[in-house]
Amino acid sequence: MTTATHFPLNAGGDGAAPGHDPTPVSGAEILIRSLEAEGVEYVFGHPGGAVIKIYDEMHRIQPSWEHILVRHEQGGTHAAEGYAKATGKVGTVLVTSGPGATNCVTGIADAFMDSVPIVVFTGQVPTALIGNDAFQECDTIGVTRSITKHSFLVRDVADLASTVRAAYHIARTGRPGPVVVDLPKDVLLATAPFHYPDEVALPGYSYVGKGNREQIERAAEMIMASEKPLLYVGGGTINSGATKELTALARKTGIPVTTTLHGLGAFPETDPLSVGMLGMHGTWYANQAVQNSDLLIAVGARFDDRVTGKLDAWAPQAKIIHIDIDPACISKNVPVDCPILGDVRLVLEELEPLLSAKDTSAWLARIDGWREDCPMDFVPDGKLRPQQIIQALREKTGGDAVVVTDVGQNQMWAAQFFSYARTRSHITSGGLGTMGFSLPAAMGAAFGMRGQDVPVISINGDGGFLMNSQELGVCAAHGLPLKIVILNNSFLGMVRQWQELFHDERYSHTDLTTTNPDFVALAKAYRCEGLRCDKPEDVQATIDKAWEINDRPVLMEFQVITEEMVFPMVPAGAATDDMITQRFDPELSA
Amino acid sequence: MTDTATLTSQQIIRKKAAGEPVNADDAPMVHRHVITVLLENSIGALNRVTNMFSARGFNLESVSVGETDRDRVSRLTLVTTGNDRIIAQVLQQLNNLVDTLVVDDVTNQEYVERELCLIKVSYEAETRPALMDIVEIFRGNVINITPETMTFEVTGPTSKINAFIGMIKPHGINELARSGRVAMRRHLAFEA
Repeated sequence: MTTATHFPLNAGGDGAAPGHDPTPVSGAEILIRSLEAEGVEYVFGHPGGAVIKIYDEMHRIQPSWEHILVRHEQGGTHAAEGYAKATGKVGTVLVTSGPGATNCVTGIADAFMDSVPIVVFTGQVPTALIGNDAFQECDTIGVTRSITKHSFLVRDVADLASTVRAAYHIARTGRPGPVVVDLPKDVLLATAPFHYPDEVALPGYSYVGKGNREQIERAAEMIMASEKPLLYVGGGTINSGATKELTALARKTGIPVTTTLHGLGAFPETDPLSVGMLGMHGTWYANQAVQNSDLLIAVGARFDDRVTGKLDAWAPQAKIIHIDIDPACISKNVPVDCPILGDVRLVLEELEPLLSAKDTSAWLARIDGWREDCPMDFVPDGKLRPQQIIQALREKTGGDAVVVTDVGQNQMWAAQFFSYARTRSHITSGGLGTMGFSLPAAMGAAFGMRGQDVPVISINGDGGFLMNSQELGVCAAHGLPLKIVILNNSFLGMVRQWQELFHDERYSHTDLTTTNPDFVALAKAYRCEGLRCDKPEDVQATIDKAWEINDRPVLMEFQVITEEMVFPMVPAGAATDDMITQRFDPELSA
Repeated sequence: MTDTATLTSQQIIRKKAAGEPVNADDAPMVHRHVITVLLENSIGALNRVTNMFSARGFNLESVSVGETDRDRVSRLTLVTTGNDRIIAQVLQQLNNLVDTLVVDDVTNQEYVERELCLIKVSYEAETRPALMDIVEIFRGNVINITPETMTFEVTGPTSKINAFIGMIKPHGINELARSGRVAMRRHLAFEA
């Protein structure tokens, strides 16, 4: 256990910000300088009455960080998430009180579910008015209580700098998560000397580092004794920066690897040991491997219901080793045989030397058999199918891209058909499943990736795209070379799929034909490039054309067939053994 | 409930570890736990604790809060129920809160617990001696009396309070207030 005092400041930014100044300055200036001292690069924000002083001081000071004016606070929080997930740094949001804060709620909940480090600064009415139902008042701390890792209401300007310090520390350490800092207007106007502390005093906060040596040794024994081991890898592996250690361990021992949705990219899917994603829309062979495995090694994963399906019937033969940084994650859903509490990277580093090459050839051959029984593919029948587009994007980029997906069918096809090969190349809203996530998150990722020659691709359905399409204007204003893909099937596709499979094809309120805009015209209205494609033979040309434009965002609308469904599929709440590998009746698609 | 015959040995191990019944006729393995928490008294700290219980669907039978000898540190005694898996979760989630300094499940330890109960009853001349007898047996006090009502104060473990209330009930209870439990580990000075 590491106690949370004595932490050196993370070096970041241009290092120009001095951390101390005896002259009293306003709370607003203290905030601005604290963010400089923290090494913040971008603040995604939107002004309003309660935070106007911060914007005024920003105008005067011209801080070392850049403020990005978003067009909706929800877009701002997702942008901060995208930035954090692409770079591994903490994302920052600044919004006003009341509606500014409540508009952030979805993004904060999203970051909480997916362990994304962001700090959200919300304005608040003056302390004397709190509780009086003042204009634009909202109990932000109360509203966000159960969706934050922690939150602060700053009541004294003298506490502001140390609170900012603590907020970033909590957001980035241990299991990362969102932190809200509520800033009453009078605190921003009051003055105090600026002092950014080097240390954080949080007596109640601690997080783990190295794992328990005995447990690691026990795990090594279990791994060496197993015949059908499987690494089950989640997003914690990426958060911990353990991709290299994981890959080394898997290759040394010959243990196959399946990843969760958030684990995509932690292990190259091009490697013969990769069995792709597991769970509801994972590969048939990954799920078969889970059901037949005698040892699951869960690495930074949390046994989510979309992974396990019916818990009682999941991995019935397997002993389980669970490596995780969050003590509350261990044995939360599935009791495990060998828990190792610790930072994934440090644990894997210590575990790997205890292991030697294993003969897993019989087990791998069995998995290959399942792979041949039911490979990941689709029918190339001359219709424009979404999977073809994802594959074409993969070929165009060679996997060297940051793919940011929305939620629903587009998300699953992007997960299944892109074949992720590098860490932080896949960003999505997994836990909360927030439609409208992709565009603003891709925008945040693009800011984070500025100056690097890696394209950021935003993959959307037509339903989710409209939920935050206002951020197109921001992307255009900053000349972000985003590649925006809309897989337009004129339906809420995933809901439609459930209606087709489980609700006798009653397509209740999922047809978007009459409410969809002309997406190409919409892109152009925001000064983005817009391209449309409705034939399989034009896919390549459309993508090639989009890749030639690098001074502004390009939106590609692909008019795909409505009937395509995501397979294979474990129906919600069903056992993994009851996975559906193809549609019930091929005639339905005719 | 799944039939044991269809469970793999690994599934049975997991169920037992979770404190879940393995056979259909097994008794539910739900236990009552008493947990004490030292809490940094920052804005909304108590709320975070109680909110965590409702947000995660845990039971919270009683909470009592009070100041301690330390500045800005409160002490909570929480009573919750659940199987082993749920209790382990409750403890971990409590530990995960930034404001909690110490979380201690005293249930299986040597500990003392007390609860305070105030109870107001109406009386008449002929029922008064019986009531006074009960109060004396339970070593309670009369803390308020009027020509129509008496208010008693009784302190003790929850079982004693329950028994006391049970004895008073036939006489008609006007008003009842219980503090919830407070608990503390015993200091075993003379253990070998």
